Amino acid sequence: MELRSNEPTGPIEARWDKHRFDMKLVNPANRRKYQVIVVGTGLAGGAAAAALGEQGYHVKAFCYQDSPRRAHSIAAQGGINAAKNYQNDGDSVFRLFYDTVKGGDFRARESNVYRLAQVSVNIIDQCVAQGVPFAREYSGLLANRSFGGAQVSRTFYARGQTGQQLLLGAYQALERQIDAGTVKMFPRTEMLDLIVVDGVARGIVTRDMVTGKVQAHVADVVLLATGGYGNVFFLSTNAKGCNVTASWRAHRRGAFFANPCYTQIHPTCIPVSGAFQSKLTLMSESLRNDGRVWVPKRQEDCGKDPAQIPESERDYYLERIYPSFGNLVPRDIASRRAKNMCDQGMGVGPVVDGARRGVYLDFRDAIQRLGHKAVSERYGNLFDMYERITGESPYTHPMRIYPASHYTMGGLWVDYNLMSTIPGLFVGGEANFSDHGANRLGASALMQGLADGYFVLPYTVGNYLAQVKPGAVAEDHPEVKRVVAEVEERVSRLLSIGGTRSPDSFHRELGQLIWDKCGMSRTAEGLTEALQKIPELREQFWSDLRVTGGGEELNQTLEKAGRVADFFELAELLCRDALTREESCGGHFREEFATEEGEAKRDDEHFQHVAAWQWSGDPSKPNLHQEALSFEYVKPSARSYK
Amino acid sequence: MSTINLTLHVWRQSGPNDPGGFKDYQAKGISTHASFLEMLDVVNEELAARGEEPIAFDHDCREGICGMCGMVVNGRPHGPQVETTTCQLHMRQFKDGDEVWIEPWRARSFPVIKDLVVDRSAFDRIIAAGGYISARTGSPRDANEIPIPKEASDLAFEAAACIGCGACVAACPNASAALFTAAKLAHLSLLPQGEPEQQDRVRKMVSQMDAEGFGHCTNHFECMAACPKGISVDYIAKMNRDFLKAMITARTDLPKREKQ
Ligand SMILES: Cc1cc2nc3c(=O)[nH]c(=O)nc-3n(C[C@H](O)[C@H](O)[C@H](O)COP(=O)(O)OP(=O)(O)OC[C@H]3O[C@@H](n4cnc5c(N)ncnc54)[C@H](O)[C@@H]3O)c2cc1C
Ligand code: FES
Repeated sequence: MELRSNEPTGPIEARWDKHRFDMKLVNPANRRKYQVIVVGTGLAGGAAAAALGEQGYHVKAFCYQDSPRRAHSIAAQGGINAAKNYQNDGDSVFRLFYDTVKGGDFRARESNVYRLAQVSVNIIDQCVAQGVPFAREYSGLLANRSFGGAQVSRTFYARGQTGQQLLLGAYQALERQIDAGTVKMFPRTEMLDLIVVDGVARGIVTRDMVTGKVQAHVADVVLLATGGYGNVFFLSTNAKGCNVTASWRAHRRGAFFANPCYTQIHPTCIPVSGAFQSKLTLMSESLRNDGRVWVPKRQEDCGKDPAQIPESERDYYLERIYPSFGNLVPRDIASRRAKNMCDQGMGVGPVVDGARRGVYLDFRDAIQRLGHKAVSERYGNLFDMYERITGESPYTHPMRIYPASHYTMGGLWVDYNLMSTIPGLFVGGEANFSDHGANRLGASALMQGLADGYFVLPYTVGNYLAQVKPGAVAEDHPEVKRVVAEVEERVSRLLSIGGTRSPDSFHRELGQLIWDKCGMSRTAEGLTEALQKIPELREQFWSDLRVTGGGEELNQTLEKAGRVADFFELAELLCRDALTREESCGGHFREEFATEEGEAKRDDEHFQHVAAWQWSGDPSKPNLHQEALSFEYVKPSARSYK
Repeated sequence: MSTINLTLHVWRQSGPNDPGGFKDYQAKGISTHASFLEMLDVVNEELAARGEEPIAFDHDCREGICGMCGMVVNGRPHGPQVETTTCQLHMRQFKDGDEVWIEPWRARSFPVIKDLVVDRSAFDRIIAAGGYISARTGSPRDANEIPIPKEASDLAFEAAACIGCGACVAACPNASAALFTAAKLAHLSLLPQGEPEQQDRVRKMVSQMDAEGFGHCTNHFECMAACPKGISVDYIAKMNRDFLKAMITARTDLPKREKQ
């Protein structure tokens, strides 16, 4: 199968406008005849469901939490980018486009990225109109900050709670449509399969998480906006419920999965403190603006009170290795260097599992330079959060940080219209692979989620619907019944294994394996080993799992079991993709493909493509397809931060 | 690493029709670095190993922002630490040998689903009644065309920080949702964009709040003490003023709202 991106041609700045004009429209009076399904009501899905409802379509929206207001988007702290150039510091749509393509290490589609930068400005207008309380200056105008090493200040923020405020905006717009009757919301409802009839997406099968009822919902189009798969590592900064099930089930029904090996590891998270650890907490990247990263020069000092280690015995390694960017090097570099230091035995903090895994992020100098008050104004709530979790105050002790799984650039393959390889199945937000290439820039995920949800999907979904007849498949269609029966069978299989181990114990073991072999740095040897171990562990899962309780009630163990089962299959694809991509780029670092100084070495000649995997029926034998990438506007160059 | 042992008394209720009751569990060798929910994870793993059903509780972000977690710990919603959600409460707040009572939110409008999990959908319906600014997607004017004084915007933000967890209702002797509703009203009415719909909004949201069966606010202010985001009861006074004004000056009646 040939992968067609369906991007328009012509000058890049005119492509989206031209495409919008070329798209077909559904007559407003006919819209209510169409049934739209939106799975996931985070920024991407919530915005899309609200916008499509407002246009007059019949929308059913689903989420696994008890309310759409709780999607994982709520946890984003730092901010959202937009090329408004309100600061007049040289920003422009083209610069945001350029930064995103380059930051993604030349592994994203130029047309998509340009459109993202273009609509970024509309997002801010939309959110302000909805009442999102962004930070403001004393003039009453919107404030901006520079984020993640960007050279311009284009990040809009609402204290440390930007994701929360944006999501509440989308949630309120969604609730408005629910009240108007255009959207019907199904909270505490999990999508467990996709219904495909004659090659076209026609609906989903869900399980009501309170009653256990398994049910089909048919529709004319299905949108997935179910977030990323970072929880494959078990420990990550994602919410506990984040999962790959919706995407994975769609993959098994024919949607290609693109670039699974592009995972982002965030450098500033609170280190693991013991075997009970259930998740990792991100400390905003903005801390690196004023904090200095260091480890002791001598291994004997690693267990000492940091205050006792004199200046001359500290290794500010980022400042040493990258004199011009210093502590502000991109996420992947900062993460890898922290790992190297700890691998060399220079880590600090308590010994967990036989090693000290942490580096200092020190505010001593910032407090001396700016004063306690100024530091507290900038970072007060982050410091409080750190202290609540660790029991130590960053005002008096340097913070300890370590990298953690945070975001996944890979996801379901989509064309320019955000449609997957299954006609009628659209994918938005973190769940698709589209805009960030091999590495995402800070404050760009919120931007992409809302761009997809408010400004892209409402057009492209309409264009698709304009070309199909409503109500083509009914709920009693034999294929619909077959998928329902398959889901029911799978649920009862999970319940009836009768082994000894909990889903969490398998998930932890899988996560540790993937983290070791396919985390911040990867080798052919390690990946090959993982590829051998995952199927073994998966077999154990299916023979030794124990799920207590029944299927017809709220059963959180059962929910976890289903998600872990899908993570097992995804994990294998993740490692296979990482093994196949014999280069280092962005978040994907292969030790064999590095410069002498240990920096990533891309191979544009052989790998300037999207790797899109097709399910073959056997999780160990997927078929690889490639979408070649070309760069007309941003010339590929080596990323250098020295 | 120091560890502690605790005796837990946990509310177990298999479903809405089960009367439910406390059951005792020993939590042994709990690290003081663990969070309260991680302590429950450890207990749950042990229950599962014995083939017993784990304790059901809601949670998601475990970062104190999604508002999904919430249980009454030793009589206090979210437990002993101020301005801290259950997921952010850490075991160093407890001592070896402590007894800990763990219950679900208790309020008529939040029926128990199972164990510590309750149904808070009434909150969504209050928002659906009017907790928004009607801004059509895709056609707003430039964001900086409406300058908003920083103080107004900061104040609106403080009200908007509500995470919708329901601790305010659980803490209130009348199970009132006044703080939740007032916070959303304040967020939207303090901004110029929210002004045009302000009168209808307060009437609709208050009417939905009443229809859902929440009690009346009689100024106990337990809600503010329990709120993990420290949202001020001043917003309740503002809501009451705005509501009265709207009732007096409104030109049209609104349809009566019902519990759905
Ligand atoms: C701690 C943290 C901080 C971050 N900070 C920033 C930041 O400052 N700036 C930035 O740009 N990005 C940030 N990000 C990234 C960003 O928050 C996410 O990428 C983005 O919010 C994802 O939005 P989404 O709409 O795609 O998915 P989500 O918000 O994850 O929503 C997923 C939705 O899908 C539903 N769902 C999932 N599976 C199923 C299923 N099987 N059935 C039914 N429903 C399902 C969920 O209920 C939910 O409604 C951060 C991420 C983390 C983890
Ligand atoms: S789990 Fe999200 S606030 Fe506690």
